[in-house]
Amino acid sequence: MSIEATIVSILRSIIYISTPILLATLGEIYAERSGVLNLGIEGIMSMGAVCAFIITFTTGNPLLGVLISLIVGAILAFIHAFVSASLNANQVVSGLALAMFGLGLSSTIGQRYVGEVLRNYLKPVPVPVLSQIPIIGPAFFVQDIIVYMSYVLVVVLWFILFKTRWGLYIRAVGENPYTADAMGVNVIFVRYVCVILGGALAGLGGAYITLAYMPTWIEGITMGKGWIAIALVILAMWDPLKGFLATYFFCGVMVVAIRVQVFGANPYIINSIPYIATIIVMILGASETLRRRIGAPAALCKPFIREERAL
Amino acid sequence: MKVLRSINITIRRREHVPRIFELLIPVCSAVVGLVVCALIFLLQGIDPIYAYSEIYRYSLGGPIQVSNVIRVMIPLILCATGLILVFRAGVWNIGAEGQILIGAIVATGVALFVLQGNTNSALFIFSMITLGFIFGGLWALIPAILKAKLDVNEIITTLMMNYIAAYILQYLVYGPWKGKKTFGFPITDEIPPQAHFPLIPGTLIHIPTLILAICSIVFVFFVMTQTTLGYEIKVFGSNPDAAKYAGISKTKVILITMFISGGLAGVAGAGEIGGVHHRLIYNPWSISANYGFTAIIVAFLARLNPIGIIPAAFLMAILIVGTRALQITFNLPVGVINVFNGSILITMVSMEFFRHYRIVIRRSE
Repeated sequence: MSIEATIVSILRSIIYISTPILLATLGEIYAERSGVLNLGIEGIMSMGAVCAFIITFTTGNPLLGVLISLIVGAILAFIHAFVSASLNANQVVSGLALAMFGLGLSSTIGQRYVGEVLRNYLKPVPVPVLSQIPIIGPAFFVQDIIVYMSYVLVVVLWFILFKTRWGLYIRAVGENPYTADAMGVNVIFVRYVCVILGGALAGLGGAYITLAYMPTWIEGITMGKGWIAIALVILAMWDPLKGFLATYFFCGVMVVAIRVQVFGANPYIINSIPYIATIIVMILGASETLRRRIGAPAALCKPFIREERAL
Repeated sequence: MKVLRSINITIRRREHVPRIFELLIPVCSAVVGLVVCALIFLLQGIDPIYAYSEIYRYSLGGPIQVSNVIRVMIPLILCATGLILVFRAGVWNIGAEGQILIGAIVATGVALFVLQGNTNSALFIFSMITLGFIFGGLWALIPAILKAKLDVNEIITTLMMNYIAAYILQYLVYGPWKGKKTFGFPITDEIPPQAHFPLIPGTLIHIPTLILAICSIVFVFFVMTQTTLGYEIKVFGSNPDAAKYAGISKTKVILITMFISGGLAGVAGAGEIGGVHHRLIYNPWSISANYGFTAIIVAFLARLNPIGIIPAAFLMAILIVGTRALQITFNLPVGVINVFNGSILITMVSMEFFRHYRIVIRRSE
């Protein structure tokens, strides 16, 4: 293989592994920016993956699969939004419950599809002109629609969060909901929107796994990607652009590690590298002062409670 | 619109919380969990009444079935009592699953490679359980130290350590520990008969771990009600800042609770090897069998109170044993139990709202 072809193949592997994690990370950035920690990502992703697979398998149309993953993700996240934003419940417990529920439900409804293979999965569509650029072109611009969506979302979500009034509201709600409320922002509504958006994106990430990455369904196909995404939010400093860099860097390290396997490393040690790396990410972003400086929302995990409110 | 305007609904914080909620919340949550699962069975084209009657038949239908339920209660109780300590301290140990695996690995290793040739059964059982406890505890100490010293969020780290423990197990059974008498299957050799835990005759209930499970309930009850440590755990858990001013060591509380919790999960793992599987198998999750995650539900159903552990573990064990039967009858996956877990937990956490608030409906003039 020429050096050029090797670089393209490494970049393509990085994109393969990154895309589902990146989408979930982007979604979680929005949820956390609004002050809601959603630990249910792993379960939502798994549900997105299985529903996209089932719909594509039965209808033969992967775009319907993509659509359903967004809807399912949004619905599951709605539960978390309701429980944490409206009922002021403990977000950790609610998120864990959602993760378990999603994992359990996806394996239940997916059971009869185990071993089936998709014939109509998402195929790469080259972008005119851009795909002609040497190395960058074949690596980044001969991809499927979900990958392109992830590029666009990085920029759009960054722009909304930091350059628009809407973004200001979201950050205000995550920073100090009481001040935001006094400013006239509907705290609960903003939290709902952000959490549901986050869920839809996690669902989409799941769809990428079964529609592009590995067009089949087995229990536990997400392999902890949702949990990794939650950790990467810290490395991303709650910023979609940095989220892109953080995810690609993290997955770049993974891919290089997998390539090292060629030189005789043990596959089980290699497999555990993402999880060890995630712990290292958690350690790097641990200190509270550092977290505050790099953008952690101050009201993360804190419910917004007005002493008396009318329904 | 007129009707809507004339009814005024407000949410008021309760001045005092009725005690009945301590019973009402777990019972309602369990019922809602069962109803949600019934709906999912329906969607799958399975008659829920038939499904639940099957669950009943395979879990409570006869003495053998009941003994199976009790056997499953053992790891659930061991993990859940430990979780009560950490959860009371406000520490999230989501890693019991991995701590079970470490206990299982250590117990197998001791029985196969350290004590081989020894004939003293008590020595085997004692070392498997003790080392299972120590290593399970040490495994939990890694995220505990990271949390205590560096403020690393333990939810993600304990979860990640589950995967790492699973890969360690797979590395061993596919590699250095692969059995010599297993025809190349990725499993270890069976541990010698003297390392098998004694069973209650006619059942599959392993006695040493059963006794330890009961002791762990008493132990946690004693710690929480009678000791300074229990007091410190409660203060730290409800208000870490107040604990700091009261001179309670954060490091001490986190490390001790996590060590005990991980250790008890390790004992559960040793019990699964000594009492059930007698060897490590290539699928790690079939040894830990979701006990570590289900124990979270047990701990919450018990309202983090050791007294509630037995009924809570009994209920969840019924569901585990019952859904195992469903796997065969209806071709359902192991994961069904997680649907119960998730829906019970989410109902429980939602109902907290009604414990703290009451909804006042008034007709306005």
